[in-house]
Amino acid sequence: MIRLASVRKEYPRSGAALNDVTFHLRKGEFAFLTGHSGAGKSTILRLLLMAERPTSGEVRVSGFSSTNIRPREVPKLRRKLGVVFQDFRLLRDRTAEENVAFALEVTGTRRSAIAPRVNRLLAQVGLAAKARAHPDQLSGGERQRVAIARALANDPVVLLADEPTGNLDAWSARGVFDLFREINAMGMTVLMATHDLELVRAHPEYRTIELSRGEVVFDSAAAPATEPV
Amino acid sequence: MPYALREALSAFHRSPLLTLLSVVAVAFSLFVVGLFGLTAHNITRAIDRIEEKVEVVAYLRDDASDEQLRILQQEVRLIPEVLGVRYVSKTEALATARQEMEEFRDVFTDLETNPLPASLELRLKPGSRDPEAVERVARGLAAYPFVEDVRFGRDWLAKIVSMRRIAGGAATIIGGAFAAVAAIIIATAVRIAVFARREEISIMRLVGATDGFVRRPFLLEGLVSGLLGGLAAAALAWAAFRVVDRVLIRIEWLPLPWVLAGVAAGAAFGLFSSAIAVRRHLRAV
Repeated sequence: MIRLASVRKEYPRSGAALNDVTFHLRKGEFAFLTGHSGAGKSTILRLLLMAERPTSGEVRVSGFSSTNIRPREVPKLRRKLGVVFQDFRLLRDRTAEENVAFALEVTGTRRSAIAPRVNRLLAQVGLAAKARAHPDQLSGGERQRVAIARALANDPVVLLADEPTGNLDAWSARGVFDLFREINAMGMTVLMATHDLELVRAHPEYRTIELSRGEVVFDSAAAPATEPV
Repeated sequence: MPYALREALSAFHRSPLLTLLSVVAVAFSLFVVGLFGLTAHNITRAIDRIEEKVEVVAYLRDDASDEQLRILQQEVRLIPEVLGVRYVSKTEALATARQEMEEFRDVFTDLETNPLPASLELRLKPGSRDPEAVERVARGLAAYPFVEDVRFGRDWLAKIVSMRRIAGGAATIIGGAFAAVAAIIIATAVRIAVFARREEISIMRLVGATDGFVRRPFLLEGLVSGLLGGLAAAALAWAAFRVVDRVLIRIEWLPLPWVLAGVAAGAAFGLFSSAIAVRRHLRAV
């Protein structure tokens, strides 16, 4: 599903952001990607989106490889990835349902198919009643739910989340996290970047990949089961 | 309705101020260019009208026979530069002289014989009114033995030529500068409008829209703003023309192809500016 092999990423100014990162995420798996800010979490997400290419090594996502993907194929790859950000990235001048519909419109979904699908997605994230609300009228947790609905719109194979609970109060964060668990329980692969160690510790049943200074310093899938967390 | 068109139209109602800004920028920029065009066109027309008066006059000897005159007229009509020929008889010349030179009326009245010669007045075709062509025609006429003298406004012609040169040079430089300023203003306005929607662009790219798909509504919007701006500019220029024509001096409206070209330039430039502005954002993310 997702495979990083000896990935190194250097930037001209700041030097190496990732160094020899290797991990493999199987279909249906749920994994935390943790580490301090600047450890390389966001770089990994950008590489997975193929917004950037690794300096060396290979990134494979759902059949696409960073070594030979053509610029024209990048949109095709991104339709297979649902992405959620800390800052929601909703369009403020559109309602919740318009924000979700947007993802379907821009990928060329038939118009008649859009409305029922949007309704179903908003119901899935528990926001059916707020379909007509603008982002400004929604709480942080609700906004993130809209963003999740949008991320799921094109039936992705992986859900990538970059600090999805970072801007939320504890109560909203838990709601959003529970939603990720539900989505994963239905078979979706989820990779969630977070520096919320409490959350990670509270869920030892999920795999944890820890980054520090651009290197994988801990991977619970490779570690013995007794590894203290 | 296709997505791109719907999206372009909804931009007008989602961010009316920014869209209005582009339209107004196009309108005023092209309006200034239009005013300049109006001025340039009317100066050209004025010079044309002066030039139309260029004529070559061949004064005939009194002893020229009717037969010689007939042949001369026939041959003159065959000269490619010649638009029309008018024969002015001695009697006619005298009558005109009496009319036009009132101070000398007495002189012209108390004459026993008519001292004025008959003449042929030649009007030349447009494009053949430059000094070289006129000289050529004049030399050809002077070669006939029964042609006494050939006159044309040599100094006058030279003045027209230099007037045209100055007007043409000024039009090119000032018009070019106006057009360049208009282009910069339009491009900036469009860029601001696109910049305001950079978030939208990045989200579109994130959920897997192709570049072409992202670009299309912006191109359409640029085209429509340019078109609306161009039409508004034409309307403003027309209003300015009416005011000047009524209040100040009689002038001519621009030829239709010029107006259409101006509006088309607005549309094309709106499109082009959008394409460049969007490309900038497509490179990111």
